[in-house]
Formats: sequence, C-alpha cells, structure tokens
Amino acid sequence: MESRLRFLFLSVTVLVMPALTGCSSLPFFGPGEDTQVAEAPEQVIEPEVERREIVQPRIDTEDFEIGVYAGGMSVEDFGVNAVYGATIAYHLNEALFVEGAIGRTDTEETSFELLSGAAQILNDDEREFTYYNASIGWNIFPGEAFFGRGRAFNQSFYVIAGLGSTRFGGDDQFTINVGAGYRLLFNDVFALRVDFRDHAFDTDLLGESKTAHNLTGHVGFTFFF
Amino acid sequence: MSPRLSSCISAVFAMVVVLAGTLAVAPAAFADEKPLRTVEVADPYLEMHTGPGKGYPITNVVERGESVQIVRRKTDWFKVRTDRGREGWVNIVQLELTLDEFGERTAIERIGRDEFLQTRWETGIMTGDFAGSDALAVYGGYSISRNLSVEVWGSQLVGNFSNGWLGTVNVVHETFPEWRVSPYFTIGTGIVSTSPKSTLVSQEDRTDQVALVGGGFRAYVTRRFVLRAEYKSYVVLTSRDENEEVEEWKVGFGFFF
Repeated sequence: MESRLRFLFLSVTVLVMPALTGCSSLPFFGPGEDTQVAEAPEQVIEPEVERREIVQPRIDTEDFEIGVYAGGMSVEDFGVNAVYGATIAYHLNEALFVEGAIGRTDTEETSFELLSGAAQILNDDEREFTYYNASIGWNIFPGEAFFGRGRAFNQSFYVIAGLGSTRFGGDDQFTINVGAGYRLLFNDVFALRVDFRDHAFDTDLLGESKTAHNLTGHVGFTFFF
Repeated sequence: MSPRLSSCISAVFAMVVVLAGTLAVAPAAFADEKPLRTVEVADPYLEMHTGPGKGYPITNVVERGESVQIVRRKTDWFKVRTDRGREGWVNIVQLELTLDEFGERTAIERIGRDEFLQTRWETGIMTGDFAGSDALAVYGGYSISRNLSVEVWGSQLVGNFSNGWLGTVNVVHETFPEWRVSPYFTIGTGIVSTSPKSTLVSQEDRTDQVALVGGGFRAYVTRRFVLRAEYKSYVVLTSRDENEEVEEWKVGFGFFF
C-alpha cells in the first residue's frame, strides 16, 4: 500500500512539475522536433579578410629654404668688395621665417694705407671679413608680380633683423644686422632674392671706439624643400 | 669701372648663370609624378587662393562632392589640383573639413604642443650676456625622459677686452614639462677659452674648466618653436690661487624635431 501511494505521488510529480516549470526538454513531454538541443551554427567558411594597409601618400612640405648669394659689401674704411655666402631659412608661417646666414668678403687697404704707402694696419688673414648671423624675417608685403598678360609670380617684400658675429681684423665682433629684401618665386620651389642689410658692430680697430656700419647688397637664389 | 665693382658684378653674374642653368634642368628632375593624396570637398565649397597666404585673392572654388589632389604644402597652406587641372592654395582650416578616401575627416599633420611634449630632440640659439661679454650660443638637447634631458652647448663670447669660446655639457631637469611656461634647472661642466683682443697689449690665452648651475623657463610658442630664457652661474676653475665666479643670462628660441 505504501509503495503504491509513493508511486502515485511520484507519477503526479513527474506529470505536473514539467508543466509548471515550463520545461519541455524532457524527452517524453516535448514535441518531437525539439528533441535535439540547438547548437551554435558551425562556421563553414573561414573569413579571410586581410586588413588593408592604409598608406596615404605623404604631402610634400616646403618650409625650408636654402640658398646662395653674391653681391657687394661696403666694409667701413676698408672699401667695397665682392661678398658671397649661403643661407638657410625655416618658414614658421606665411609671414615669419627664421634664417641663418654665413658670408665672407676680402677687404682692401684703407685710404690712409694707400696714401701713406707704407704702414699696413692689417695682414692678409686679418683683412678677410667673415660673418654669421641668425635673423628673423617678416614677409610684410606678400603679393603677386605680373609678367606680361599670362604670367603671375608670387613675391614678397620682407624686413629682417638679427644677431651674429663677425671676424675681422683678428677679432670677433658681436654684430647686429638689419635690412630688407625682396623674394620673387619663379615656381613653388625656386626663388630669386635681392637683399640689403646693414651689419653693425662696435670696433676700435682704427684707434677710437666707434660703431662700424657695413652695408651689403646681394642677389641670391633659393630652393624650398 | 673699378676692379672691385666689376668683381662684385661678375660674382653676381656668375651665380645668375649657374643658377639659371640649374633652373633650366630642374623641371625635368622634378617631373616624376608621385602619387598624391586625394580629398573630397564636404563643405559647401573649398576656396582656392592664388598664393600661400590669406591676402592672395580667391580665384576658384571647388564645390561639395568634387575631389582635389594635394600637391604640396607650405606652412599652413596646401596647393591643390582639381579634376579639371586648376591649381590653387587652400588653408589648413578648410582642408581639414574635407573627407579622405574612406569618407573620414582628412587628417593633416599639425605640429602642436602634444608633439612638443613627446619629442626627444631640440636645438636652438640664444644670446645674452656672459660676464659683460656678448654671448652667442647654440645648443642641442636630447630628452632621456619627460623630465630629464642632456644638452650640449657651444657659445661664442665677444667682449670689449677679450674673446672666447665656451663649451659645456648639461643635465637639465624640467619639473613640469606640461606647463605652457615651464621652469627648469640645470647643472653642467665644460671648458672656457679666452684670448685678449688683438688691439690690446698681448696677454696669454687661457683655457679653464668650468662648473655651472642654473635655471630658466621654456615656453611653447607655435609649431616647432619654443622660447627660452635662462640664467647660469659658472665657477671657472683657474690655475691661479682663486676661482672666478661668472654670471650669464640668455634669451633665445629652440626648435624641436
């Protein structure tokens, strides 16, 4: 009797519980189709997507400007002579650039030396006038220049000033340079430059101390890269 | 015509001839076409100036949806070429609003403060006063970490009575590199060499070792540039009985890359 009762309860539990819990996974209650547990779909094709290497062409920048120049330099008391040198500039923006320059000229005898005929103030090495400087330039009037009807060139008038050192007469002198110039661009990379500069320093080479002004005018060609 | 004047003129003339020759050959050398970046105009229009500057007139506009090729860059201006072959200069502000080939905003390399903080190399020039002499200095520095760097300095000293050279190696500690105006401290050692001016009665040249301590400020300005101002105090270890103490201050600018 007891075992029959137990069977009855058991069968009620077996019948009712799945219905209550909504469980249909038991084999004898679920519909026939659902008898298999759903599996994740097997990957048939392995995706072979290669990552595209994004190599964008570099943009050519032209903020540096190197050049050479030649012209005349008037060294105070020592005549006007050919000067030549080189420059390198970096353009900060459309208006400002910084520039380093070197240059040299060979000076000649002073009027006194020529007239007296004998006394030589400087020897040959000391007559060589070399300088370097670092300057800041400002393209104050940029614009276009027209050649005939069909051609226009970019150009700019700039003012420039800087500091540097001059070796002359066997001594180094702290030198200030101030000037202005004109840059005409033939195309995007080649330019013509005309530059006038005063290189001023204090000297006592001829006895008394004074500020010597050495005016320079030169023509140069520059290349942007 | 005096021989000197003619030598000036001939120097200029020789250069004109040489460079005109270079100029004539140059276009062939630059003719090889490299692939150019192409961008699509996303704004209502893109303004093309005749030159790389805001003052140059706008002679062309490119409409939305059309594409242009970027030929070259000068500072913040870009020379672009349209599909119809027209060329002009576009400012970076407008170019950054275009779309690249993936339909995203065109990324343009801008040198800014972030690059300044990450960069390792710096070089620059400074000028000032070294014990009454004018000093012109050039330096190069390498950052070991964000705070610590090593700098090599070379200065030319130009005084009323003597001239000289100063070369030092310095260790620099920048306490707050992220500040716009950031202080730094430095110690170093090197060699100073002085010689009396040629117009003075001759004294002998001297070369002495120096030790220095100093400090200064570095301020980021724009693009690759920083402004610097610093003070250094030197002890010149002379061969005489007493050492000399020398003060130096300088201002200048640096350029990082």
